[in-house]
Formats: sequence, C-alpha cells, structure tokens
Amino acid sequence: MPAETLPKLDLYRRIVQAKLFIDDNFAEHIDAGDIADEACYSKFHFIRTFKTIYGRTPHQHLTHVRVEKAKEMLELGTSVTDTCFAVGFDSLGSFTRLFKSRVGFTPSEYQRQQIERKEQIRQEPLRFIPGCFAMQVSNNSGSKPSN
Amino acid sequence: MITKANHFAIFVLDQNSAYDFYVNKLGFKVNTDAVMGPKGRWLTVNPPNQPDLEITLMAIDAKMMFNGESAEIMRDLVRKKTFGFAVFECDDMLATYEELKAKGVKFIKEPTKEFYGFNAVFEDDSGNLFSLGEAKKD
Repeated sequence: MPAETLPKLDLYRRIVQAKLFIDDNFAEHIDAGDIADEACYSKFHFIRTFKTIYGRTPHQHLTHVRVEKAKEMLELGTSVTDTCFAVGFDSLGSFTRLFKSRVGFTPSEYQRQQIERKEQIRQEPLRFIPGCFAMQVSNNSGSKPSN
Repeated sequence: MITKANHFAIFVLDQNSAYDFYVNKLGFKVNTDAVMGPKGRWLTVNPPNQPDLEITLMAIDAKMMFNGESAEIMRDLVRKKTFGFAVFECDDMLATYEELKAKGVKFIKEPTKEFYGFNAVFEDDSGNLFSLGEAKKD
C-alpha cells in the first residue's frame, strides 16, 4: 500500500468500528456521544469525519439501519408494533411517520406488499425467473413458465 | 437496441453459504428466493443501490446448465479462483476495505492506487474473484 494511505488507516479503522457498533447496536439507546466514545474521538470531529466517509451523520446512519432492519422484520411477518420497538423506536407514531417518509409506504402497507409478493413467488415461482432459465426449469420439472 | 442488464449469474458452490456472504457480509439485499423445480433454488440479490440489477447466485449442480461431469469441472475451476465475474464500486475504498475485512472477507489484493484508480480484489466464499473500485469523486 502506498505510504500516503498509511496515516489514514488508523482513522478509518476507528470510524469503521463505530459504524459497525451502530450496525450491531441499533436497537439500543445510543447517541453520537456513545459512538464517539467507541471511536475514541471528540464528538464534533467524529460526526464530521463519519459524514465525510459515509455521506450521512452517525444519527442518520442509525436511523437508516433501523428502517432497513424494520423492513426485514416486516417482511418476515413480525407485527408493526413489535418491529417498532425491536428496532429501537420509542413510539409507534414516530416510527410510522419516519418509515413512510423513507420508504414511501406505511409499515403495514409495506408488510402487506412484501407478504403478497412472497406468496406470489411461492405459488408461481417461474414468474420471477427470466424466461430462458424458466424454460429449463419447466423442461426439468414438467411445469410451464407463465412468462 | 439493448438498454440495460437486469440479471447476471455468479456460480457458487453452496447457495446457503453464498446467501450469508452476499447478504450478511457484502450487505446485498435478497430480491427473489424461490423454489425452482424439484430440487432447485432461484436466489437473486441486489447491490444496495441497484434494485433493478439481480445477481443470481447460481448453484453449480448437475441440472440446468450443467451435466454431472461439467458441473464437477466448473466447481473445481471456481475453487481454483479461475473466475472474476464483476467489478463492484464503493464510495470510499479504505472504509469499505476495513469493514469487509472486519467481517471476514478475504482480500487477495489490498487497496492500491493504480494508474486506473484505487483498486482492490476480494474473493467470495466459493472462490470467485471481484475487483473493487472507488467511485470517482467530483
């Protein structure tokens, strides 16, 4: 590795560890101060460096991770209320508003769409497979592709 | 006129292990996980910012594209790190490198600044090689 990148490595390692800390502890009540402690940084310097690397502040990243985890839980059929509290939100109202602003649908609308899609995949898997592959499957299994 | 690519396949030795690698380590999203025929599985993932590009994690089995002999040859070639199927892009090379390394991804070329850009090479759980580049910053 070129010498010019070496001084940056320790900085990157600490910021990445902080990001992974958020990824692993998204359900806890953590704030930028906790995360800065994890990275052994001053809060101000930490937030600025984190945003330079990831394009969002630690708090914005925490919210992003919570919404992504919420999507995964909803897709698996977890109730909206259980999902809300499991990913670290304190209020169903704020969870629903934030989820809708990020995803474009309320959690219950999103869950209904995803469960319907999963059911379609289960009932008609060949609809979700490109035609050339679906043809090979149908030749092997005796079923007919629907697209 | 061809307008875009919407699917490409990566041949993997084990789909469960590939699922863990691409979803839990690389951070890709599962697009479709469907039963395909009597014993098959159609498993596709999307890179995080490309929901319309499906990467098929294709099992190398003696069905579909392979007969028994060619499947074994293909598995052996993949294990021997013969194939480089794609170039992935990240916003920040060093941060991505440190994160993937922390998650256990094996790099066979550490990030280096080449005449063509900042580049690294890693392998997946099967032995497929991927180049990693950093997006150009304005």
